[in-house]
Amino acid sequence: MAIEVRIPTILRTYTAGAKAVSAEGDTLAGLIDDLESRHPGLRDRLVEEGRLRRFVNVYLNDEDVRFLGGLETEVADGDSVTVLPAVAGG
Amino acid sequence: MLELRRDLLDAIVAHARRDHPDEACGIVAGPVGADRPERVVEMTNAERSPTFYRFDSQEQLRVWREMDDRDEEPVVIYHSHTATEAHPSRTDVSLAQEPGAHYLLVSTRTDDEVEVRSFRIVDGDVSEEEVRVLEPDHARE
Repeated sequence: MAIEVRIPTILRTYTAGAKAVSAEGDTLAGLIDDLESRHPGLRDRLVEEGRLRRFVNVYLNDEDVRFLGGLETEVADGDSVTVLPAVAGG
Repeated sequence: MLELRRDLLDAIVAHARRDHPDEACGIVAGPVGADRPERVVEMTNAERSPTFYRFDSQEQLRVWREMDDRDEEPVVIYHSHTATEAHPSRTDVSLAQEPGAHYLLVSTRTDDEVEVRSFRIVDGDVSEEEVRVLEPDHARE
């Protein structure tokens, strides 16, 4: 159940500089827990109080998971998950 | 210091004026590691607000993938302030997540004046930098 997770520059300190890492899970939540076990500290940059952080975009293949199931989005072997920090301001 | 071609700066200012009174936003892409902005990409402000901007998330994925394919990075991230000065707000600073980018601010608060300023925002620290506009080479005419 290998799923590729693409990591933005700002989070590569958690992955020893790797732009992409592998992880496993049935849902995005499980995938993030698995990521945390391999790259400690990463989960807290993605999740806050049980929800995806507001200014982090997570995509399953081509879609923002906010339009799918959020943390409960199902993921499968061969999927690609991309993380991008939102670009926003006021 | 940010070195920016005149035509790219003019395109950014035109975008900001066109979207006024909403905040305009976008990037200037350039080759990875070269610190050379080359290609303006206007982005949709999903907030459509005079006081807030956010890149549309689907559009951002498309543009970021395109940059990846072309070995580019966002050298400049720009947005406009429609009623305040061209300086990063507290919100701008707290949400800045591209430490390698030049954050370019354009203020459209007046019709006749162009306020364009550039900043580095790294770990919550803001430092202003000079904007050097690269004019077309008239020597060759």
